[in-house]
Amino acid sequence: MTKPLLDVEDLRVRFHLRTGTVEAVRGVSFQLGRERLGIVGESGSGKSQTGRAILGLTPPPGEVTAKRLAFDGIDLQKASKRTLRTLRGGRISMVMQDPKYSLNPVMTIGEQIIEAYQAHVKAGKAEARDRALAMLEAVKMRDPGRVFSLYPHEVSGGMGQRAMIAMMLVTDPDLLIADEPTSALDVTVSMEVLRILDELVSERGMGLIFISHDLKLVSSFCDRVLVMYAGRVVEELEAKNLREAKHPYTQGLMRCLPTLADDVRPLPTLNRDPAWAL
Amino acid sequence: MLDIQNLQVVYGTGRMRVDAVKNVSFHVEPGAAYGLVGESGSGKSTVLRAICGLAPITSGRVSVHGNAVTTPRGKAFYRTVQMVFQDPYASLHPRHTVDRTLSEPLAIHGEKDAEARILQALKEVGLSPSFRFRYPHQLSGGQRQRIAIARALILRPKVLLLDEPTSALDASVQAEILNLLDDLRRRLGLTYILVSHDLAVVAHLCERLLVMQHGEAVEETTAAALRSGAASNDYTQSLIQASQGFTRVAPLPAQAPAA
Amino acid sequence: MTGAPLPLTSEPSGMRAWLLSPEPHSRWQARLGRFYLGWRSFSRNPLAVVGLGIVILLILVAIFADVIAPYSPVTGGDLRTQRLLPPSETYWLGTDDQARDIFSRIVHGSRVTLFIVVLVALIATPIGLLVGTVSGYLGGWVDTVLMRITDIFLAFPRLILALAFVAALGPGIENAIIAIAITSWPPYARIARAETLMIRNSDFIAAVKLQGASTPRIILGHVVPLCLSSLIVRVTLDMAGIILTAAGLGFLGLGAQPPMPEWGAMVATGRNYLIDQWWVAAMPGIAIFVVSLGFNLLGDGLRDVLDPKAAK
Repeated sequence: MTKPLLDVEDLRVRFHLRTGTVEAVRGVSFQLGRERLGIVGESGSGKSQTGRAILGLTPPPGEVTAKRLAFDGIDLQKASKRTLRTLRGGRISMVMQDPKYSLNPVMTIGEQIIEAYQAHVKAGKAEARDRALAMLEAVKMRDPGRVFSLYPHEVSGGMGQRAMIAMMLVTDPDLLIADEPTSALDVTVSMEVLRILDELVSERGMGLIFISHDLKLVSSFCDRVLVMYAGRVVEELEAKNLREAKHPYTQGLMRCLPTLADDVRPLPTLNRDPAWAL
Repeated sequence: MLDIQNLQVVYGTGRMRVDAVKNVSFHVEPGAAYGLVGESGSGKSTVLRAICGLAPITSGRVSVHGNAVTTPRGKAFYRTVQMVFQDPYASLHPRHTVDRTLSEPLAIHGEKDAEARILQALKEVGLSPSFRFRYPHQLSGGQRQRIAIARALILRPKVLLLDEPTSALDASVQAEILNLLDDLRRRLGLTYILVSHDLAVVAHLCERLLVMQHGEAVEETTAAALRSGAASNDYTQSLIQASQGFTRVAPLPAQAPAA
Repeated sequence: MTGAPLPLTSEPSGMRAWLLSPEPHSRWQARLGRFYLGWRSFSRNPLAVVGLGIVILLILVAIFADVIAPYSPVTGGDLRTQRLLPPSETYWLGTDDQARDIFSRIVHGSRVTLFIVVLVALIATPIGLLVGTVSGYLGGWVDTVLMRITDIFLAFPRLILALAFVAALGPGIENAIIAIAITSWPPYARIARAETLMIRNSDFIAAVKLQGASTPRIILGHVVPLCLSSLIVRVTLDMAGIILTAAGLGFLGLGAQPPMPEWGAMVATGRNYLIDQWWVAAMPGIAIFVVSLGFNLLGDGLRDVLDPKAAK
């Protein structure tokens, strides 16, 4: 097996609160190659904190520990602030849930993409501009030139999220972490965004971590799925083998969704076994 | 039970004019569940808000039990029609205990026997009496939504307007709430109007549904037809496809117009 | 329950457990539990506790002024021998030009200060709250009219407007209080209106509307409680300003009238002896300073507890 792109072993995220210490992520381990990995879980399962911890974006007063947290052989825990800065946004990028909050409202979309590019690549103005326009085209903007000079509030949610993806991919990262990238979007728009994301990821041979609460979506989009519950990975499986999930939590998650295909009534609900959280 | 004729909702005038709902009509029988499906901006929620008076009726007719509604709605209307909101984190007063939230409608309508009614309402939505004096921040999302349902039911209405009642909840909690709603409808003989972007949820709860896009009714169909994949309309078809999850090899269908 | 992260601390016991119980058994337990949580985060801020201490001390001193003060605050001693004495064992903070014990006067002056503070709070807060919530909730022309009135009051500097009122009503402590109250409600109305605008479109207000609640019921029962906390914070922070305005009016001879032991008026008399008998002006000045500081610290602490948005 080739050297993994990302190697995470025993990742823990703790929050020291006044009411006591809360462990949001409790010993997560996985390796990621140039593939699409899905992390699925319900709210409070620690899936988002896992993604943030990899990028070093754990909000204070959070504390991250891990036996190993290495990106392409670089130890992220020991790396200097400088190294981390060049990695972040350069070789590792992150797409957040809502473009409304992750784009700067007082800069045009084009300026933001140029800024993201120039922060990591030494490039002249004209070159950066060409790059940004090419990137907007790559995310299937109908009129890249026009979108380039628009402000974030002037575009729809789907376009905003595509602009966000353009901004995150302009530096040609090796790893993209997408945290619920389409939850704020309508279904038809989100399918379009996913299709674009899928194309770019496979074209450029990136690694992708796709974090979502939607088991159906993740399993249809990713190669491999980690199912998280109460801060732990309860099951890891190939997306195509989802039907053969062993863990009762994964099975329950799959069954409790109403489907168009068959009419189950009442819907099976999850009986949470306290042992799952141990 | 509920009849909507040529409903039109317009906000603003001149250049700021927004036609939120254009000429929508439908009819719901007593005891039936009717779904309104569409994406954001389709006007589905606005229809619901126009029925209960939170949005203006620009033209058209909304009648309950054969009587056209008046603006402002009277107390009798609110005893017949109640609403459950999308976000259980926003629909409960943050400084009021469950007890206060549930006793408020009883106090407004001068109902007696509040004590017993509150305990009964909690029981109906599957919560134990120990929840009575909790504040919303001491409840999970699913528990909050149960309280919101209990609040809507405490006046014994006939019609329940459900505005995306499960979209803010986790999948497993969604199943519990859907089961509860299904069960309550049967037990109390309620009429539902459910607004959702999720076809599967609408098909699960409703018999008939209306697909909406850009404020207009696109197609009225039945859950059974939806399940068998018989949709005459392209837009409905694309919604059905999207609800199946991501399909990698699919050729690009007609793209939804980006606003 | 969703799969919430597990807390690692052990369960509290006894009284604390009862207060922090996630399943209160009565309205009272729920309310006390909330109060206890607030107190816990308040007491974590030492400066806020100091502020609270100062305010409590002010209240205690005002209540027991007769017991604490060794001399009469109004009638002085022998004008030939006991006038303008420096601080000593007999007169802890010295005596003033009327041979009165400054310590006793300050102790009794606390009553005046507290009287002003409480009355202003009781008059100005409800006016501001009502104007702000009604204006914000109803909107339209009601909002326009009420807010323009507020703007008119806001346009005058506080002390000047108070001066005008006192000039019209005649000098005296009651008129000073009315003047200060009338000039201090507009900012509260502004705050209450801003909060109301945020609250009025929320789902829980829509929900209570759909239950058929009347407008007064919604404003009083649902909007006001949510505006109250940020208003309490603001009023507490304003207390220092109110005390200073009252002292300013007293200093100008328009507030409390002699021989009433009002701190501002005391500073005013001390002005004549500022160089040689500094304590006459300095002692009441220090009292004003300490009490103002106390209210400010208390307000800061309350803000952290009641209004987490405003805290850094």
